[in-house]
Amino acid sequence: MSKKLESTLLNMVLSLTIIGVTMSAALGFVYTKTKYPIEKSNKQNIINAIQAVLPEFDNDPLSEKEIVNDLEFYCARKNGKIVGYAVKTFSMKGFNGLISLMVGLKPDGTIYKIRVLEQKETPGLGSKMTDPSFIEQFLDKNPGSYKLKVKKDGGDVDAITASTITSRAFCDALQRSYDALKSKQNNNDNVTSDEIKNINNSDSVSKIPVNKVKGGEK
Amino acid sequence: MNSLKYLTNGLLKENPAFVLVLGTCPTLAVTTAAINGLGMGVAATFVLICSNLLISALKNVIPNKVRIPAFIVIIATFVTIVDLVMQAYTPDLYKALGVFIPLIVVNCIILGRAEAFAQKNSVLHSVLDAIGMGIGFTMALFIMGSIREIIGNGSILNHQLLSEDAKTILLFLMPPGAFITYGFLIALVNSIKKKFNI
Repeated sequence: MSKKLESTLLNMVLSLTIIGVTMSAALGFVYTKTKYPIEKSNKQNIINAIQAVLPEFDNDPLSEKEIVNDLEFYCARKNGKIVGYAVKTFSMKGFNGLISLMVGLKPDGTIYKIRVLEQKETPGLGSKMTDPSFIEQFLDKNPGSYKLKVKKDGGDVDAITASTITSRAFCDALQRSYDALKSKQNNNDNVTSDEIKNINNSDSVSKIPVNKVKGGEK
Repeated sequence: MNSLKYLTNGLLKENPAFVLVLGTCPTLAVTTAAINGLGMGVAATFVLICSNLLISALKNVIPNKVRIPAFIVIIATFVTIVDLVMQAYTPDLYKALGVFIPLIVVNCIILGRAEAFAQKNSVLHSVLDAIGMGIGFTMALFIMGSIREIIGNGSILNHQLLSEDAKTILLFLMPPGAFITYGFLIALVNSIKKKFNI
Protein backbone atom coordinates (compact mmCIF):
# COMPACT_ATOMS: atom_id res chain seq x y z
CA MET A 1 0.00 0.00 0.00
CA SER A 2 1.37 3.36 -0.97
CA LYS A 3 1.51 6.06 1.66
CA LYS A 4 -1.14 8.68 2.09
CA LEU A 5 -0.37 12.13 0.73
CA GLU A 6 0.96 14.37 3.47
CA SER A 7 -1.15 17.24 4.71
CA THR A 8 1.04 20.06 3.47
CA LEU A 9 -0.62 23.29 2.35
CA LEU A 10 0.22 22.69 -1.30
CA ASN A 11 -1.15 19.14 -1.24
CA MET A 12 -4.35 20.18 0.45
CA VAL A 13 -5.01 23.07 -1.94
CA LEU A 14 -4.14 20.96 -4.96
CA SER A 15 -6.25 17.94 -4.08
CA LEU A 16 -9.29 19.96 -3.06
CA THR A 17 -9.05 22.08 -6.22
CA ILE A 18 -8.74 19.07 -8.47
CA ILE A 19 -11.63 17.27 -6.77
CA GLY A 20 -13.76 20.42 -6.91
CA VAL A 21 -13.11 21.07 -10.59
CA THR A 22 -13.66 17.46 -11.67
CA MET A 23 -16.88 17.20 -9.71
CA SER A 24 -18.17 20.48 -11.14
CA ALA A 25 -17.44 19.22 -14.63
CA ALA A 26 -19.34 16.00 -13.93
CA LEU A 27 -22.29 18.00 -12.59
CA GLY A 28 -22.31 20.30 -15.58
CA PHE A 29 -22.35 17.32 -17.89
CA VAL A 30 -25.30 15.67 -16.12
CA TYR A 31 -27.13 18.99 -15.97
CA THR A 32 -26.95 19.52 -19.72
CA LYS A 33 -27.98 15.90 -20.32
CA THR A 34 -31.04 16.08 -18.04
CA LYS A 35 -32.10 19.66 -18.75
CA TYR A 36 -34.27 18.79 -21.72
CA PRO A 37 -36.02 15.73 -20.17
CA ILE A 38 -36.75 17.72 -17.01
CA GLU A 39 -38.33 20.54 -19.00
CA LYS A 40 -40.25 18.02 -21.04
CA SER A 41 -41.61 16.19 -18.01
CA ASN A 42 -42.58 19.46 -16.31
CA LYS A 43 -44.37 20.56 -19.45
CA GLN A 44 -46.05 17.17 -19.78
CA ASN A 45 -47.28 17.46 -16.19
CA ILE A 46 -48.90 20.79 -16.96
CA ILE A 47 -50.47 19.51 -20.17
CA ASN A 48 -51.85 16.45 -18.37
CA ALA A 49 -53.28 18.61 -15.63
CA ILE A 50 -54.87 21.03 -18.11
CA GLN A 51 -56.47 18.17 -20.02
CA ALA A 52 -57.75 16.67 -16.79
CA VAL A 53 -59.52 19.80 -15.60
CA LEU A 54 -61.06 21.22 -18.78
CA PRO A 55 -63.77 20.16 -21.22
CA GLU A 56 -62.64 19.19 -24.70
CA PHE A 57 -60.64 21.84 -26.52
CA ASP A 58 -58.74 22.08 -29.80
CA ASN A 59 -56.19 24.83 -29.29
CA ASP A 60 -52.85 24.78 -27.50
CA PRO A 61 -53.49 26.32 -24.07
CA LEU A 62 -49.77 26.51 -23.37
CA SER A 63 -49.40 29.11 -26.12
CA GLU A 64 -52.14 31.23 -24.53
CA LYS A 65 -50.58 31.45 -21.15
CA GLU A 66 -51.32 34.58 -19.13
CA ILE A 67 -50.32 35.67 -15.67
CA VAL A 68 -53.11 37.22 -13.61
CA ASN A 69 -52.65 38.04 -9.92
CA ASP A 70 -49.53 35.85 -9.97
CA LEU A 71 -51.53 32.83 -11.17
CA GLU A 72 -50.93 31.06 -14.47
CA PHE A 73 -53.97 31.09 -16.74
CA TYR A 74 -54.27 28.70 -19.67
CA CYS A 75 -57.09 29.57 -22.01
CA ALA A 76 -58.78 26.63 -23.77
CA ARG A 77 -60.84 27.15 -26.93
CA LYS A 78 -62.93 24.98 -29.14
CA ASN A 79 -63.62 26.31 -32.64
CA GLY A 80 -62.28 29.65 -31.43
CA LYS A 81 -64.76 29.93 -28.54
CA ILE A 82 -63.42 29.95 -25.01
CA VAL A 83 -64.56 26.80 -23.23
CA GLY A 84 -62.70 27.41 -20.01
CA TYR A 85 -59.53 28.39 -18.23
CA ALA A 86 -57.12 26.10 -16.47
CA VAL A 87 -55.75 28.06 -13.55
CA LYS A 88 -52.71 27.01 -11.60
CA THR A 89 -53.53 28.23 -8.14
CA PHE A 90 -52.03 27.77 -4.72
CA SER A 91 -52.43 28.36 -1.02
CA MET A 92 -49.76 28.79 1.60
CA LYS A 93 -52.23 28.02 4.39
CA GLY A 94 -51.90 24.24 4.21
CA PHE A 95 -50.98 22.29 7.30
CA ASN A 96 -47.49 21.81 5.89
CA GLY A 97 -47.30 24.91 3.73
CA LEU A 98 -47.79 25.04 0.00
CA ILE A 99 -50.76 23.43 -1.71
CA SER A 100 -50.86 23.73 -5.47
CA LEU A 101 -53.94 22.99 -7.57
CA MET A 102 -54.91 23.08 -11.22
CA VAL A 103 -58.49 24.30 -11.41
CA GLY A 104 -60.63 24.23 -14.53
CA LEU A 105 -62.99 27.20 -14.56
CA LYS A 106 -65.73 27.75 -17.09
CA PRO A 107 -65.85 31.31 -18.41
CA ASP A 108 -68.58 32.23 -15.90
CA GLY A 109 -66.40 31.03 -13.02
CA THR A 110 -68.08 27.67 -12.44
CA ILE A 111 -65.62 25.05 -11.27
CA TYR A 112 -65.34 22.32 -13.86
CA LYS A 113 -62.70 19.98 -12.45
CA ILE A 114 -59.84 20.14 -9.98
CA ARG A 115 -56.53 18.39 -9.86
CA VAL A 116 -54.08 18.50 -6.99
CA LEU A 117 -50.59 19.25 -8.30
CA GLU A 118 -48.65 19.43 -5.08
CA GLN A 119 -49.38 18.91 -1.41
CA LYS A 120 -47.43 17.93 1.66
CA GLU A 121 -50.38 17.40 4.00
CA THR A 122 -50.35 14.69 6.67
CA PRO A 123 -50.72 11.29 4.99
CA GLY A 124 -54.07 9.75 5.84
CA LEU A 125 -55.52 13.01 7.13
CA GLY A 126 -54.94 16.12 5.04
CA SER A 127 -53.77 14.04 2.10
CA LYS A 128 -57.41 12.99 1.66
CA MET A 129 -57.78 16.28 -0.17
CA THR A 130 -56.76 14.34 -3.25
CA ASP A 131 -59.69 11.91 -2.81
CA PRO A 132 -62.52 12.29 -5.32
CA SER A 133 -65.01 12.09 -2.43
CA PHE A 134 -63.72 15.43 -1.13
CA ILE A 135 -63.17 17.13 -4.48
CA GLU A 136 -66.55 16.13 -5.95
CA GLN A 137 -68.47 18.56 -3.76
CA PHE A 138 -66.84 21.51 -5.54
CA LEU A 139 -67.59 20.41 -9.09
CA ASP A 140 -70.14 22.42 -11.05
CA LYS A 141 -70.35 24.94 -8.23
CA ASN A 142 -69.97 28.65 -8.91
CA PRO A 143 -67.99 30.38 -6.17
CA GLY A 144 -70.12 33.47 -6.87
CA SER A 145 -73.03 31.78 -5.10
CA TYR A 146 -71.33 28.82 -3.43
CA LYS A 147 -69.52 29.91 -0.31
CA LEU A 148 -65.98 28.56 -0.45
CA LYS A 149 -65.63 28.14 3.28
CA VAL A 150 -65.91 25.13 5.53
CA LYS A 151 -69.21 24.74 7.35
CA LYS A 152 -67.50 25.56 10.64
CA ASP A 153 -66.74 29.03 9.25
CA GLY A 154 -70.24 29.50 7.88
CA GLY A 155 -69.60 28.27 4.34
CA ASP A 156 -70.92 25.41 2.22
CA VAL A 157 -67.94 23.07 2.21
CA ASP A 158 -67.82 19.74 4.05
CA ALA A 159 -64.37 19.70 5.61
CA ILE A 160 -62.23 16.55 5.69
CA THR A 161 -62.56 14.87 9.07
CA ALA A 162 -59.77 16.06 11.39
CA SER A 163 -58.29 18.23 8.63
CA THR A 164 -60.06 21.56 8.84
CA ILE A 165 -56.84 23.45 8.14
CA THR A 166 -56.27 21.54 4.92
CA SER A 167 -59.87 22.03 3.87
CA ARG A 168 -59.60 25.77 4.54
CA ALA A 169 -56.42 25.96 2.48
CA PHE A 170 -58.12 24.08 -0.36
CA CYS A 171 -60.97 26.61 -0.32
CA ASP A 172 -58.45 29.44 -0.14
CA ALA A 173 -56.72 28.17 -3.29
CA LEU A 174 -60.03 27.82 -5.15
CA GLN A 175 -61.16 31.28 -4.08
CA ARG A 176 -57.87 32.69 -5.31
CA SER A 177 -58.39 31.22 -8.77
CA TYR A 178 -61.95 32.52 -8.92
CA ASP A 179 -60.92 36.02 -7.81
CA ALA A 180 -58.14 36.05 -10.38
CA LEU A 181 -60.57 35.08 -13.12
CA LYS A 182 -62.87 37.89 -12.09
CA SER A 183 -60.13 40.49 -12.05
CA LYS A 184 -58.86 39.23 -15.40
CA GLN A 185 -62.32 39.62 -16.92
CA ASN A 186 -62.62 43.08 -15.37
CA ASN A 187 -59.29 44.10 -16.82
CA ASN A 188 -60.24 42.89 -20.28
CA ASP A 189 -63.43 44.88 -20.04
CA ASN A 190 -61.63 48.01 -18.95
CA VAL A 191 -59.13 47.76 -21.76
CA THR A 192 -61.84 47.78 -24.42
CA SER A 193 -64.17 50.34 -22.90
CA ASP A 194 -61.45 52.43 -21.28
CA GLU A 195 -63.62 52.96 -18.26
CA ILE A 196 -62.32 53.57 -14.80
CA LYS A 197 -63.06 50.82 -12.34
CA ASN A 198 -65.76 52.15 -10.03
CA ILE A 199 -69.52 51.87 -9.97
CA ASN A 200 -69.70 50.18 -13.35
CA ASN A 201 -67.39 47.58 -11.99
CA SER A 202 -70.04 45.52 -10.26
CA ASP A 203 -72.20 45.64 -13.36
CA SER A 204 -69.52 44.42 -15.70
CA VAL A 205 -68.73 41.54 -13.39
CA SER A 206 -72.17 40.09 -13.78
CA LYS A 207 -72.64 40.89 -17.47
CA ILE A 208 -69.45 39.76 -19.10
CA PRO A 209 -69.46 36.18 -17.90
CA VAL A 210 -73.06 35.60 -19.00
CA ASN A 211 -72.24 36.53 -22.58
CA LYS A 212 -69.23 34.31 -22.55
CA VAL A 213 -71.15 31.33 -21.23
CA LYS A 214 -73.59 31.52 -24.09
CA GLY A 215 -70.67 31.54 -26.50
CA GLY A 216 -69.00 28.66 -24.78
CA GLU A 217 -72.03 26.40 -24.76
CA LYS A 218 -72.74 26.52 -28.46
CA MET B 1 -14.39 -15.93 0.08
CA ASN B 2 -13.42 -13.42 2.70
CA SER B 3 -14.83 -10.61 0.60
CA LEU B 4 -18.32 -11.99 1.05
CA LYS B 5 -18.41 -10.98 4.67
CA TYR B 6 -18.13 -7.31 3.68
CA LEU B 7 -21.25 -7.74 1.61
CA THR B 8 -23.34 -9.41 4.29
CA ASN B 9 -22.06 -7.15 7.04
CA GLY B 10 -24.60 -4.44 6.39
CA LEU B 11 -27.59 -6.72 6.08
CA LEU B 12 -28.08 -7.64 9.72
CA LYS B 13 -24.87 -7.61 11.76
CA GLU B 14 -24.21 -3.94 11.21
CA ASN B 15 -27.48 -2.88 9.66
CA PRO B 16 -27.09 0.89 9.33
CA ALA B 17 -30.63 1.73 10.43
CA PHE B 18 -31.34 -0.87 13.12
CA VAL B 19 -27.92 -1.61 14.59
CA LEU B 20 -25.67 1.38 13.87
CA VAL B 21 -28.69 3.71 14.20
CA LEU B 22 -27.31 6.00 11.49
CA GLY B 23 -29.40 8.02 9.07
CA THR B 24 -32.30 8.15 11.47
CA CYS B 25 -33.77 11.31 9.94
CA PRO B 26 -34.73 9.75 6.58
CA THR B 27 -35.61 6.48 8.29
CA LEU B 28 -38.27 8.21 10.35
CA ALA B 29 -39.36 10.88 7.92
CA VAL B 30 -39.85 9.20 4.55
CA THR B 31 -41.29 5.87 5.65
CA THR B 32 -44.95 6.87 5.59
CA ALA B 33 -45.41 4.48 2.67
CA ALA B 34 -43.51 1.41 1.51
CA ILE B 35 -42.77 2.86 -1.91
CA ASN B 36 -41.22 6.00 -0.40
CA GLY B 37 -38.93 3.88 1.76
CA LEU B 38 -37.92 1.81 -1.24
CA GLY B 39 -37.20 4.88 -3.39
CA MET B 40 -35.19 6.61 -0.71
CA GLY B 41 -33.24 3.41 -0.04
CA VAL B 42 -32.36 2.87 -3.68
CA ALA B 43 -31.30 6.50 -4.15
CA ALA B 44 -29.14 6.39 -1.02
CA THR B 45 -27.64 3.06 -2.11
CA PHE B 46 -26.64 4.49 -5.46
CA VAL B 47 -24.93 7.46 -3.83
CA LEU B 48 -23.29 5.18 -1.29
CA ILE B 49 -21.82 2.88 -3.93
CA CYS B 50 -20.53 5.77 -6.06
CA SER B 51 -19.04 7.69 -3.15
CA ASN B 52 -17.45 4.61 -1.56
CA LEU B 53 -15.96 3.65 -4.91
CA LEU B 54 -14.48 7.07 -5.61
CA ILE B 55 -13.31 7.74 -2.08
CA SER B 56 -11.52 4.43 -1.73
CA ALA B 57 -9.92 4.98 -5.14
CA LEU B 58 -8.74 8.45 -4.14
CA LYS B 59 -7.83 7.61 -0.56
CA ASN B 60 -4.11 8.04 -1.13
CA VAL B 61 -4.31 11.42 -2.83
CA ILE B 62 -6.64 13.04 -0.29
CA PRO B 63 -4.54 14.56 2.51
CA ASN B 64 -5.82 13.57 5.93
CA LYS B 65 -6.56 17.09 7.15
CA VAL B 66 -8.93 17.94 4.31
CA ARG B 67 -10.58 14.56 3.94
CA ILE B 68 -13.99 15.63 5.25
CA PRO B 69 -14.43 18.55 2.80
CA ALA B 70 -13.25 16.30 -0.01
CA PHE B 71 -15.76 13.58 0.96
CA ILE B 72 -18.58 16.09 1.21
CA VAL B 73 -17.85 17.51 -2.26
CA ILE B 74 -17.83 14.02 -3.76
CA ILE B 75 -21.02 12.96 -1.96
CA ALA B 76 -22.84 16.20 -2.79
CA THR B 77 -22.00 15.78 -6.45
CA PHE B 78 -23.49 12.30 -6.59
CA VAL B 79 -26.57 13.43 -4.69
CA THR B 80 -27.16 16.25 -7.15
CA ILE B 81 -26.74 13.81 -10.03
CA VAL B 82 -29.35 11.50 -8.48
CA ASP B 83 -31.60 14.52 -7.94
CA LEU B 84 -31.38 15.63 -11.57
CA VAL B 85 -31.73 12.14 -13.02
CA MET B 86 -34.78 11.33 -10.90
CA GLN B 87 -36.36 14.66 -11.79
CA ALA B 88 -35.83 13.89 -15.45
CA TYR B 89 -36.81 10.24 -15.66
CA THR B 90 -38.96 9.36 -12.62
CA PRO B 91 -40.94 12.54 -11.90
CA ASP B 92 -43.56 10.72 -9.80
CA LEU B 93 -41.00 9.24 -7.44
CA TYR B 94 -39.24 12.60 -7.36
CA LYS B 95 -42.46 14.25 -6.26
CA ALA B 96 -42.92 11.75 -3.44
CA LEU B 97 -39.35 11.98 -2.13
CA GLY B 98 -39.03 15.70 -2.83
CA VAL B 99 -37.02 17.35 -0.10
CA PHE B 100 -35.32 14.20 1.12
CA ILE B 101 -33.02 13.75 -1.87
CA PRO B 102 -30.81 16.76 -1.09
CA LEU B 103 -30.73 15.51 2.49
CA ILE B 104 -28.84 12.39 1.40
CA VAL B 105 -25.78 14.69 1.46
CA VAL B 106 -25.91 14.85 5.22
CA ASN B 107 -27.05 11.25 5.67
CA CYS B 108 -24.62 9.95 8.26
CA ILE B 109 -24.53 6.51 6.66
CA ILE B 110 -22.76 7.79 3.57
CA LEU B 111 -20.22 9.99 5.31
CA GLY B 112 -19.94 7.35 8.02
CA ARG B 113 -19.04 4.57 5.58
CA ALA B 114 -16.62 6.87 3.74
CA GLU B 115 -14.89 7.76 6.98
CA ALA B 116 -15.00 4.37 8.70
CA PHE B 117 -14.57 2.04 5.76
CA ALA B 118 -13.83 3.37 2.29
CA GLN B 119 -10.80 5.45 3.19
CA LYS B 120 -9.10 2.45 4.79
CA ASN B 121 -10.04 -0.38 2.45
CA SER B 122 -9.60 -1.44 -1.15
CA VAL B 123 -11.96 -0.39 -3.90
CA LEU B 124 -13.52 -3.85 -4.22
CA HIS B 125 -14.19 -4.20 -0.52
CA SER B 126 -15.56 -0.66 -0.34
CA VAL B 127 -18.02 -1.32 -3.13
CA LEU B 128 -19.11 -4.60 -1.53
CA ASP B 129 -19.53 -2.81 1.77
CA ALA B 130 -21.59 -0.08 0.08
CA ILE B 131 -23.84 -2.63 -1.63
CA GLY B 132 -24.40 -4.49 1.63
CA MET B 133 -25.04 -1.32 3.62
CA GLY B 134 -27.30 -0.01 0.88
CA ILE B 135 -29.38 -3.17 0.77
CA GLY B 136 -29.56 -3.21 4.55
CA PHE B 137 -30.71 0.40 4.63
CA THR B 138 -33.23 -0.10 1.83
CA MET B 139 -34.59 -3.22 3.54
CA ALA B 140 -34.95 -1.35 6.81
CA LEU B 141 -36.79 1.56 5.16
CA PHE B 142 -39.02 -0.79 3.20
CA ILE B 143 -39.99 -2.80 6.29
CA MET B 144 -40.67 0.39 8.26
CA GLY B 145 -42.71 1.83 5.40
CA SER B 146 -44.71 -1.37 4.93
CA ILE B 147 -45.61 -1.66 8.60
CA ARG B 148 -46.63 1.99 8.84
CA GLU B 149 -48.59 1.92 5.59
CA ILE B 150 -50.48 -1.26 6.53
CA ILE B 151 -51.35 -0.16 10.05
CA GLY B 152 -51.92 3.49 9.22
CA ASN B 153 -53.60 3.35 5.85
CA GLY B 154 -54.59 -0.29 5.28
CA SER B 155 -52.71 -0.45 2.02
CA ILE B 156 -49.37 -1.59 0.67
CA LEU B 157 -47.65 -0.31 -2.49
CA ASN B 158 -50.96 1.25 -3.57
CA HIS B 159 -52.89 -2.02 -3.13
CA GLN B 160 -55.72 -1.53 -0.70
CA LEU B 161 -55.60 -4.43 1.78
CA LEU B 162 -58.38 -3.37 4.11
CA SER B 163 -61.62 -1.79 3.04
CA GLU B 164 -61.66 1.99 2.67
CA ASP B 165 -63.84 2.33 5.76
CA ALA B 166 -61.70 0.16 8.00
CA LYS B 167 -60.53 1.93 11.11
CA THR B 168 -56.78 2.29 10.70
CA ILE B 169 -54.42 3.76 13.25
CA LEU B 170 -53.50 7.11 11.76
CA LEU B 171 -50.90 7.66 14.45
CA PHE B 172 -48.62 5.30 12.57
CA LEU B 173 -48.45 7.67 9.62
CA MET B 174 -47.35 10.51 11.84
CA PRO B 175 -43.96 11.08 13.48
CA PRO B 176 -44.84 9.40 16.81
CA GLY B 177 -45.82 6.26 14.88
CA ALA B 178 -42.43 6.32 13.19
CA PHE B 179 -40.65 6.32 16.55
CA ILE B 180 -42.87 3.53 17.89
CA THR B 181 -42.29 1.34 14.83
CA TYR B 182 -38.57 2.12 14.88
CA GLY B 183 -38.28 1.17 18.55
CA PHE B 184 -40.03 -2.15 18.10
CA LEU B 185 -37.96 -3.00 15.03
CA ILE B 186 -34.68 -2.21 16.81
CA ALA B 187 -35.76 -4.44 19.70
CA LEU B 188 -36.68 -7.20 17.28
CA VAL B 189 -33.35 -7.00 15.44
CA ASN B 190 -31.48 -6.99 18.75
CA SER B 191 -33.26 -10.10 19.97
CA ILE B 192 -32.66 -11.89 16.67
CA LYS B 193 -28.99 -10.98 16.87
CA LYS B 194 -28.78 -12.29 20.43
CA LYS B 195 -30.60 -15.50 19.68
CA PHE B 196 -28.45 -16.45 16.70
CA ASN B 197 -25.32 -14.94 18.22
CA ILE B 198 -24.52 -12.81 15.20
